[in-house]
Amino acid sequence: MKPSSPAMAGEPSANYNFAFLDEQTKRMIRRGLLKAVAIPGHQIPFGSREMPLPYGWGTGGIQITASIVGPDDVLKVIDQGADDTTNAINIRRFFARTAGIATTERTDRASIVQTRHRVPEKPLRAGQILVFQVPTPEPLRWLERREAETRKMHALAEYGAMHVNLYEDIARFGRIAKSYDYPVLVNGRYIMSPSPIPKFDNPKLHMSPALQLYGAGREKRLYAVPPYTEVKSLDFEDHPFRIERWTEACALCGAGDSFLDEVVMDDAGGRMLVCSDSEYCAERRAAGHRGKAAP
Amino acid sequence: MSRVPLLCAEGVAKSFGARVACRDVGFELHAGEILGVVGESGSGKTTLLRCLAGQLTPDAGRVAYADRSGALRDVFAMSEAERRRLARTEWGFVHQNPRDGLRMGISAGANVGERLMAVGWRHYGAIRASALAWLANVEIAADRIDDLPAGFSGGMQQRLQIARNLVSEPRLVYMDEPTGGLDVSVQARLLDLLRRLVQRLQLASVVVTHDLGVVRMLCDRLMVMQAGEVVEEGLTDQVLDDPQHAYTQLLVSSILPA
Repeated sequence: MKPSSPAMAGEPSANYNFAFLDEQTKRMIRRGLLKAVAIPGHQIPFGSREMPLPYGWGTGGIQITASIVGPDDVLKVIDQGADDTTNAINIRRFFARTAGIATTERTDRASIVQTRHRVPEKPLRAGQILVFQVPTPEPLRWLERREAETRKMHALAEYGAMHVNLYEDIARFGRIAKSYDYPVLVNGRYIMSPSPIPKFDNPKLHMSPALQLYGAGREKRLYAVPPYTEVKSLDFEDHPFRIERWTEACALCGAGDSFLDEVVMDDAGGRMLVCSDSEYCAERRAAGHRGKAAP
Repeated sequence: MSRVPLLCAEGVAKSFGARVACRDVGFELHAGEILGVVGESGSGKTTLLRCLAGQLTPDAGRVAYADRSGALRDVFAMSEAERRRLARTEWGFVHQNPRDGLRMGISAGANVGERLMAVGWRHYGAIRASALAWLANVEIAADRIDDLPAGFSGGMQQRLQIARNLVSEPRLVYMDEPTGGLDVSVQARLLDLLRRLVQRLQLASVVVTHDLGVVRMLCDRLMVMQAGEVVEEGLTDQVLDDPQHAYTQLLVSSILPA
């Protein structure tokens, strides 16, 4: 596979081990990942390393990617759905430099997709790996501050309190207002935080053919959802889980089935709804689709 | 009254290091019966209560509880999962300070509904209706259902805590000074309410208190503790009107005449 641009190509730097992390650390993380895959949705502690990146920018995701990447892998990195944001570009360049691997912006060409806040619109296929950057891995944390207690709640599957959160939303707003990091029940057993993806993406996690790995660097936790695993969003019988809907289509590509970002255009209230997935939007435009604000 | 007691304690003892909190406490409690435990501060009442409720493991002795199947089972021989399930379904625990028993950051309705959701209720309308009914039972106005308990008065918080405990229809409620820290008129109303609920639901209860008025109002039987030991026990009226042990005599004679 050809690298996407000459600037990102090249031999791995001789000053670093392949993909930055030392081999012992990679082994430790891989062991954690194996355990995480074996117990879907269960959080596995790991010895998170300091990375050349601040906490909150994807230290967990980057460590997972560094541990699983091989010389033949092709990496795509997205941040809020876009391939062209600072964080995404930097992480791509980091791996191009330290591992000399090819990078891409195309989901179907990538073998590993590291992501923050979104799941690509384009369906993933078997064999691909989706790596999530997670800020708060513990879905019970809002309710219970003691780590020992949340672990016990997970161990005994005492999850009644999770619905208290949803109850509060309905009591206050008349509907479940939580729109991102929407808690899910994995494989009928563990409640898991899907990382701050919009709830729009929750259905994509269910029975996904791709392997999903989650890494929280600051909180030092790994967890995973193996391919074809049941992922159910929590809800009430009389207030079922619903994803976001928009009254408009993407202003650039006219897509009516994608997650839309609201972009403020001026200081007179002008705004535009566009696809958050930059690759999806660009491909549709290249195929001739036009939205109402398209040039 | 059935032959098998609901709760049976034998030789319960607990020390913290060299300090003995309670020693050789034993009793039987039948369904629908209310046992009062009185004694001065530091006499081991609360420790005893926590041992009975499975929150503290006693150093010696046995606590057995008869679940709905009717067989007596050792509380500390159960798995922790079972014990915690009992604690949130068949038992209730009313803390002296409502802040310990309530979740202060969530609304009154959610506080009452939490136990229902914990046992698998997944219908918002049904949970809401049940919460409203229980708020009415403890005389909290329906329009306070979405307010945070932090904005409630002490008496209301205590009543909310009681509703939160009783919503799952427990058979046994542990109460640790349920009227402590409330003013006298609020105490009287709370006692009235408790007496009515306990009668209606046929609750069994262990009430720890240092207030003999509470005991006289609420309890069928009474245990008097001093320095970790039970010094006297019997029917409430019998113990209060004809105290035998010197400490009980002191306790009864210490009540200010109204």
